[in-house]
Amino acid sequence: MGDAIVIEGLTKHYGERCVVDSVNLRIPAGCVYGFLGRNGAGKSTLIKMLLGMVQPDAGQATLLGENTRELTPAMRGRIAYLAEGHPLYRWMSVGEAVRFSRAFHSNWHDRFVDGILDHFSISSKAKIGRLSNGQRAQVSLALALAPDPELLILDDPTLGLDTVVRRDFLESMIHLIQRSGRTILFSSHILGDVERVADRIGILANGVLRVDCPTEHFKMALRRVVLEFVGAVPEFPHCQGLVSQRQHGGKLELVVVGYGDEHAALAESLGAESVEVLEMNLEDAFIAYTRGPTRPLPSFEREMMPC
Amino acid sequence: MEFSISPATGLPIYQQLMEQICASIARGRLRPDERLPSVRELSELLVVNPNTVARAYTELEREGVLYTRPGLGVFVRRAGPPLSKKLRRERLMKPVDQVLVDAVQVGFTAAEIVEFIEERMKQYQWNQVSAPTK
Repeated sequence: MGDAIVIEGLTKHYGERCVVDSVNLRIPAGCVYGFLGRNGAGKSTLIKMLLGMVQPDAGQATLLGENTRELTPAMRGRIAYLAEGHPLYRWMSVGEAVRFSRAFHSNWHDRFVDGILDHFSISSKAKIGRLSNGQRAQVSLALALAPDPELLILDDPTLGLDTVVRRDFLESMIHLIQRSGRTILFSSHILGDVERVADRIGILANGVLRVDCPTEHFKMALRRVVLEFVGAVPEFPHCQGLVSQRQHGGKLELVVVGYGDEHAALAESLGAESVEVLEMNLEDAFIAYTRGPTRPLPSFEREMMPC
Repeated sequence: MEFSISPATGLPIYQQLMEQICASIARGRLRPDERLPSVRELSELLVVNPNTVARAYTELEREGVLYTRPGLGVFVRRAGPPLSKKLRRERLMKPVDQVLVDAVQVGFTAAEIVEFIEERMKQYQWNQVSAPTK
């Protein structure tokens, strides 16, 4: 299978500030890609550039093999986009919103829409403006799925939803993934959700893509290492894989990608009394990776593994 | 069979699943030749990516814990452990020592530990004879 999304050197400045900094990324067809980053990391800008809604300053991207600067209506019909916050016309009824969206598509499956609306007990007569955030999210998902798209791009689809509705939404996503062959790119900052559904994750920090790897590799490669010293706590020398270091008490706490023999040797040469290597959960790992660093972050090894 | 996954641990989801399947087999909740839920069923139940469930099944199959019958599903393997008795012993000694160190540290007597272990042993499905040595 080829790549559904190819991004080459995409860059965008807003004034002086570089919000997306020469991002390179390939997402293979059939992959569920979770895109993580803090608020303002550049996720939405990158997604908007993919859809041709924001013009990049440099670089280019292709979706399903077509350059994003000149996406044809036929190609747009094969791509679904869920904008952040699920914007819909509030004065329309659900039925009107369905008819409105249908008019833009040559391919439309009413049964997808009906199935989802029925599952969540949303009446087609209900006014969009009266729906809860969760119901609006489901309606916009139904509208996005109706054209049976090959590629779905979802910008923080569970933002502002409560835990139960979020789980419902994830279930809808799992159903979707099971209908194989579809590629999904979704952004989120709820790491547990990303871990459940994503084959691969990417982490964007200050516009730079820091991580691009299979979801479980990220979790497995990051370690918290606690060194204990009897006397003064030394500084750990800068080395491959060191994300951060922090002193507290008589301890030096490191976050390391791919902790190995060379790190252990360094710890020993510093005279550490004890070395404890701990696993990190995705949330801690994410925080370690994206919290304002004092030195350049090491970039994760790019593995082009099939999903 | 009750599986649950938690993103709040350092273990990847597929490894959490592998551990829980092995625990279910050890406790006799999953019997030899019993069929496991399909990848699709378990993925929907746990709300995780089907590839993650498939990964857990594949790894356990590689380890000889499960086997696939094409078109029928994934089943629990009946055969005894393929490891030699010496290797099996080695694998067990480390965690046993770890428990004993903890036990001494928090101040239990040897008799109390034996009692605890006997109590917990009742929850598991034991082999009647030691598995044959290779």
